[in-house]
Amino acid sequence: MSILERDKMLEMYETMVRIRAFEKRAEELFLDNKIPGFIHLYIGEEAIAAGVMAHLRPDDFITSTHRGHGHMLAKGADSKPMMAELFGKKTGYCKGKGGSMHIMNFELGVLGANGEVAGGLPIAAGAGMAIAMIKKTDQVVVCFFGDGASNRGAFHEALNWAKVYNLPIVFVVENNCYASTACTHETTSVEDIAVRGQGYNIEGITIDGNDVLEVYETAGKAIKKAREGGGPTIIEAKTYRLKGHFVGDPQKYRGEVEVKEKWPGEPIGRFENFLREKGVLDDVSKEEIWKKYEAEIEKAIAFSQESPYPAPEEALTDLFVDDTGYDY
Amino acid sequence: MGEITFSDAICRALKEEMAKDPTIFTYGEDIAKQGGIFGQYKGLLGSYSDRVIDTPISEEVIYGSAVGAALAGTRPVVEFHFSDFLFTGITAIVNQVMKIRYMSGGQGSLPIVFRGPDGRGKSAAAQHSQSIESIFMHVPGIKVASPAFPKDIYGLLKTALTGDDPVMIFEHKMLYGFKEEVPDEEFFIPFGKAEKKREGDDVTVVAMSRMVHESLKAAEELAKEGIECEVLDLRSLVPWDKEAVLESVKKTGRLVTVHETWRRCGWGAELAATVQEEAFDYLDGPVLRVGGRNVPDPFSPPQEEFVMPNKDWVVKEVKKFFA
Ligand SMILES: Cc1ncc(C[n+]2csc(CCOP(=O)(O)OP(=O)(O)O)c2C)c(N)n1
Repeated sequence: MSILERDKMLEMYETMVRIRAFEKRAEELFLDNKIPGFIHLYIGEEAIAAGVMAHLRPDDFITSTHRGHGHMLAKGADSKPMMAELFGKKTGYCKGKGGSMHIMNFELGVLGANGEVAGGLPIAAGAGMAIAMIKKTDQVVVCFFGDGASNRGAFHEALNWAKVYNLPIVFVVENNCYASTACTHETTSVEDIAVRGQGYNIEGITIDGNDVLEVYETAGKAIKKAREGGGPTIIEAKTYRLKGHFVGDPQKYRGEVEVKEKWPGEPIGRFENFLREKGVLDDVSKEEIWKKYEAEIEKAIAFSQESPYPAPEEALTDLFVDDTGYDY
Repeated sequence: MGEITFSDAICRALKEEMAKDPTIFTYGEDIAKQGGIFGQYKGLLGSYSDRVIDTPISEEVIYGSAVGAALAGTRPVVEFHFSDFLFTGITAIVNQVMKIRYMSGGQGSLPIVFRGPDGRGKSAAAQHSQSIESIFMHVPGIKVASPAFPKDIYGLLKTALTGDDPVMIFEHKMLYGFKEEVPDEEFFIPFGKAEKKREGDDVTVVAMSRMVHESLKAAEELAKEGIECEVLDLRSLVPWDKEAVLESVKKTGRLVTVHETWRRCGWGAELAATVQEEAFDYLDGPVLRVGGRNVPDPFSPPQEEFVMPNKDWVVKEVKKFFA
């Protein structure tokens, strides 16, 4: 194993730990009524964001979903304004206007979490057009969405579009077995969503989304292809949503046993075992990594709690760049 | 007569009509197994499992399929999940549901009920909080209601389920748990009939949905200062009860309209225009409008509170007549 590989693996491990640490605390804070609205956790799906984002440059774009904390953190978000946004504070990435479900940061290339299922697909198509047809740069777009989103028209229209214009887009469908309360196989006509790529003449690949190395390798090829003008790919990362659809979900649609049986397959533990075997990680370094990120998240929470709420009247700003031309 | 919640009233109306008419079926996202995203249709769980159906996230088909289902002889009741997601399949409603019968020269009928939650108040932010009833008042082709009380959702839904025209019912998500006594005997409430919730001689306040509750609180407060408001719950918007509004305005000479949806081009503007056309000589002042601030819904709680009309806004607006 080369040093580069070793460093990359540790980097991905740390990304996953950082996301998990964030999500665990977000869940607790939500249950403690510190975070308003709804939050959707990425626990158990971290390998996808970590493995894909390991290939992206700061100037590459992603579109995310309502389950977007992991994507945003992996794309380089600072946990302080991230957490503050969940709290609805002025210091949040969106000054409290967006919240968890609509968190975004254009500077990081994050074109938005999205409260609308499949809302990101047309946005990704447009970013792809700008890059490939107008600006002619070698940036890429990674478009994340869920299995449920692949049943919306926007998915089908965007895939056709991406192929017709040969756009540098990697579609990453996170198939976590559920779309809200619906079992994926009960609402989706295909077993592997990647096969839907065929209908649009797009290469589709189904992988184990809980294996970060497989994600890393597959995403690497697809992103390279996109960067070099080879057009879109659809990667289906199979995973499992270990938590409710949103925090507080009564989960009437599945049993506890099912979820319990899935925990041993969660991606962080699996990768840990691998790294130990390779001698990249041991108890001491593991502990250090967890402590480091838990401490980071505690700081982010303290920062959020100390931060003020935005002034109520500031609800009237940010609609237009020219903030004077409309009435309230 | 027992106390039931808004949610119970919806389930009761549906179950009663489904028992009578085997062609009524209901579908949407998250309604069958979970009983609604807020658990609001728990009462439907277990009953008619073959006629309560969870669908894929495919809004254009969820809405548009109702046309085919209706023309093929059934009565679809479509749950739209969040009013915000009506936009993701809006063409199926605006260009199909609302035009098909007209374009066909009046052939057949489209007995379709769309219903589901709307409104602010849960910090659900800009894509899960909108009130969009005025849009369906502007575009012709569907009847619209947005009741404020369990008995009204029950009675209006019963009418919708037995009527032959497409109907859109908005249920404020903050009202699902609201309880009141509802008669045990079956009853129907027609569209286009407002209800007088409070008598008064000084100012007419016309509201709908959650804003009826805020307006009633405002009226109580104003009464302590000697201002008597007549509060009308419009209940349905298409058709709206013009006669009741005009009659009340002719008595009080003053009108305030109250809605949660954006003030600009909200349905209050249509009422104001109509009243000045038809009762100008009775008015003691301009028609005043309370409505949400003209921005998307911010997530942060103090900002959500700031953009959303409440009792205090109504009080302030009414007092303008006496300043
Ligand atoms: C257009 C639209 N329809 C419905 C919803 C309500 N909703 C939010 S998340 C969700 C399930 C999404 O499932 P999936 O795309 O598989 O993503 P996951 O939640 O599993 O990550 C639904 C139905 C929505 N937000 N947007």
